[in-house]
Amino acid sequence: MDTPFVVGGQTFRSRLMIGTGKYRDHETMVRAIEATGAEVVTVAVRRVDLDRTADGSILKYLDPKRFFLLANTAGCYSADEAVRYARLAREAGFNDFVKLEVIGDQETLLPDVAGLLEAARTLVAEGFKVLAYTNEDLITALRLEEAGCAAVMPLASPIGSGLGLLNPVSVRTIKRRLKVPVIVDAGVGTASDACVTMEQGVDGILMNTAVAAAQNPVQMGHAMRLAVEAGRAAYLAGRMPKRDVAVPSSPTEGMLD
Amino acid sequence: MEIVVNGEPRTVGAGATLLELLNTWSLDPRAVVVEHNRKIVRRPSLGDVRVEPGDKIELVQFVGGG
Repeated sequence: MDTPFVVGGQTFRSRLMIGTGKYRDHETMVRAIEATGAEVVTVAVRRVDLDRTADGSILKYLDPKRFFLLANTAGCYSADEAVRYARLAREAGFNDFVKLEVIGDQETLLPDVAGLLEAARTLVAEGFKVLAYTNEDLITALRLEEAGCAAVMPLASPIGSGLGLLNPVSVRTIKRRLKVPVIVDAGVGTASDACVTMEQGVDGILMNTAVAAAQNPVQMGHAMRLAVEAGRAAYLAGRMPKRDVAVPSSPTEGMLD
Repeated sequence: MEIVVNGEPRTVGAGATLLELLNTWSLDPRAVVVEHNRKIVRRPSLGDVRVEPGDKIELVQFVGGG
C-alpha cells in the first residue's frame, strides 16, 4: 500500500500532474488529460484578448470542480514579475497554490535560482503554497524547503526537451534530503522516462509536452498513467540488486547426465 | 477618454467603472482578474473603481500552460 500524496495539506489521488499547453485542440486536451487520470492541471496567466481572435479562458473546457487548477508563473524572468503573476492567479479565486517559475535564460529555460528563492520567500509570507520549479541542485532545493515551499520541483531535463531524466543521482539525493514532497517537473519525453523518474522514489511528476506533442496525445496520456503507476509500484516494491554476472533462474541440480 | 488596456490604447466613456468596462467588452467578471495601475482590484470592488485618463488596466485569465 502506498502513502497518500499530500502537497500543501491537500491530498491528491494521482501522482501525475499534467499541463494544459500546446494541444492541437481543446477536445484532444480534455481527452488526453482524462486518460492520464491526473487531478492537478497546470494553467498559465495571460492577457485576455479583447478582440476575441484568440481562444479565451481554458475554464470553458476544464471544469474547476473536477480538476485542481495549479497556476504557474511561466514566462516570468524576475522575482517581481513572478510574484505579480502569482497574485493575479490567486485572485482568480480557486486556491492559493502556485507553481513558481523564475526563468533565467531563454534558450535553456533553466531557473534563475536567486530570483526563485526571493520570489518563494515573498509568496510564502503572503500565504501561498509554493511549488518551486528548480534545477537538480541539492542546495537550492534545501533553501527552497527552508523558505517554506510546499513542494520542490527539480527538472528531469529542460522544459519541452523530452530528454528524460538526465541526472537520477541528484534527483534521488534531493528526495532523500528533503521532507517536503519532491515532484519532478519538465523534460519527460515518453512513458519509460516517467517510469524511471518515479522509480527514483520521488513523490510525483508533472509533464506537459510529452503528452501534448505525442502523435496521439490521448494514447500517450494513458501510457503516462500506467508508467507513473508502474514506476511508483516498482519503487515501493524495491528492486533487486544489479550484478555484473549472470545468476541462473532455474535449478542447477537435477540436470540429466 | 483614453486609457491603456493590456498594453493597447483604448477610448472609453468618461467616469466608467471597471465593472462597466468589463460589461462593455462582454467579459464575465468571474472569469477575469483585473489589475488597475498595478493594483489588483477584487471582484466586489470592480463597480466602485472609476477609471481616469491614462490609467493602465490589465485583464488576465487562465490559458493553457505547463
